[in-house]
Amino acid sequence: MAIEIAYEKYSGSVYTVELGATAESGGTRSNIIKVGGQSAFPFMFEEGDTPNPPVVGLEILDCPPQDWPDGLKDEFGDSFNDPIKWAKRCVSEFGSKILCVRLMSVHPDWGARPVNDAVAFLKSLLKEVNVPLIITGCGDAEKDNDLLAKASQVAKNERCLFGVATQNSYKTLTASCLADGHSIIAESPVDVNIAKQVNILISDMGLDPKRIVMHPTTASLGYGLEYVYSIMERARLAAFSGDRMLAMPFILFIGEEVWRVKEAKESPSLGVKWEIATATTMLHSGADILVMRHPKAATEVAKFLSTLMKK
Amino acid sequence: MIIIGELINGMYKDVGKAITKREKDVIQHLAQDQVKAGAKILDVNTGPYSKNPKDDMKWLVETIQDASDASLCLDSTKPDAIEEGLKLVKKRAVINSTSADDDRMDVIFNLAKKYNTQVIGLTMDKSGVPNSRDKRVELAAKIIAKAMDHGLNANDIFLDPIVLPVNVAQTQGLEVLEAIREFRLISDPPPNTIIGLSNVSQGTKFRSLVNRTFLVMAVADGLSAAILDPLDKELMDALISAELILNRHIYCDSFLDAYRKR
Repeated sequence: MAIEIAYEKYSGSVYTVELGATAESGGTRSNIIKVGGQSAFPFMFEEGDTPNPPVVGLEILDCPPQDWPDGLKDEFGDSFNDPIKWAKRCVSEFGSKILCVRLMSVHPDWGARPVNDAVAFLKSLLKEVNVPLIITGCGDAEKDNDLLAKASQVAKNERCLFGVATQNSYKTLTASCLADGHSIIAESPVDVNIAKQVNILISDMGLDPKRIVMHPTTASLGYGLEYVYSIMERARLAAFSGDRMLAMPFILFIGEEVWRVKEAKESPSLGVKWEIATATTMLHSGADILVMRHPKAATEVAKFLSTLMKK
Repeated sequence: MIIIGELINGMYKDVGKAITKREKDVIQHLAQDQVKAGAKILDVNTGPYSKNPKDDMKWLVETIQDASDASLCLDSTKPDAIEEGLKLVKKRAVINSTSADDDRMDVIFNLAKKYNTQVIGLTMDKSGVPNSRDKRVELAAKIIAKAMDHGLNANDIFLDPIVLPVNVAQTQGLEVLEAIREFRLISDPPPNTIIGLSNVSQGTKFRSLVNRTFLVMAVADGLSAAILDPLDKELMDALISAELILNRHIYCDSFLDAYRKR
């Protein structure tokens, strides 16, 4: 007897966020990346549309990384000392379609470079690399307020994705994104209620919900990944049932989380596998943007993703 | 919860006057305000004093649809007035209503079949509104069975246990609430249930308080739709909070605001 497969149909969908502006839309990026827009859980092609596949991008810093294990650093050779070169390798050699740049150099513990120097770096990066950019601060709230406002201005009209905004600190960055045409990363601490609240606070300031990407917090395999997984599923289910304040795409910073766990630090080859396992799991929980560190891991995940996307 | 806005009803003085004098903007504002406040469907009732319900219904439907794309709930005791509206509706409509009397059900269900509508079924018949939950359930089952005989889906019927004013029929509040719970057992998936909320507070002091208290209790008993005044902000706040407590929306500190952004 034939088995009848029961499919779910949902009424809602995820917002489509467009990253990167080409010359046509007033920017200088070579391409536009669309994320979100789906009306079904990942790879459930029978249940709804998945117009935009998830995207895998590599990340660079604007200074030599202090805490990356040698096995990871080795992949990039000497390019660490020249972040522009590093960025170019990510795009041309490793095929990153979107690039995440962390402006770490201004952090008090990372050398406290003047904010204007980091902004000048970003300006030249925008000239040298033309894929859409994800730009994050250094993690020091005071520095980031100044840094991200200035970074947003030099990247005006490039439709970058800026982060991160939290429940307690979202106003300055939202205002910058509004003024300069960027999208924003809304972060919450593995908490669907706070995720919804940050989204509503940001959209109440007038930023279109189509310009918000949620960071539900990233956790590595073995370090709480399943909590993030279930939070993402719950938010997505609400989005599909019509909750517009949870209907934003997700970004996950896979590399950052994986390369600080002891398994990855002790064995780079295990680290690559760890990063692949974490990333592919997050693809199944609904990740739309994966920010990764190891080029081999990123390549493998992109390959796996293209296999899964074959309907 | 499906919210049906009740305010376009000729029974209200200003609406009655707007219908007589063909004041489009009054009706269109009422339509837009109710939708903005959360109504998904708008009740359309020409009122008890309408001299020509067919013409009035036609004018109301056209007027509303010029300004709003909400679904309409055509509310009349006269099937020909309802049909006049059904000829014009752009979205799937609801007929308000049929009783459990066979002759009335035949007429209304035929219309529902012909125009592919949903129907509100009042659990009352020629002998009046029942006093007990059991009689209400009996009539509800009769309505569902008859609807299915006419080829309608059970879940296109909204069963209405008929809310009575608490100041004259105090024993009926509990009977109605229990009936809502029991209606849900009639078919699987359960039929929809609906109440005309404002009747519960007719003639009482503190109408808004009585309305919202009853609505919250009915929602907890599984009510799926209500005809109410969506412009009563406290009523809507209570409804949103009740649904939040029933885990139908995800909590956030600004949950009222979040619901209204849906």
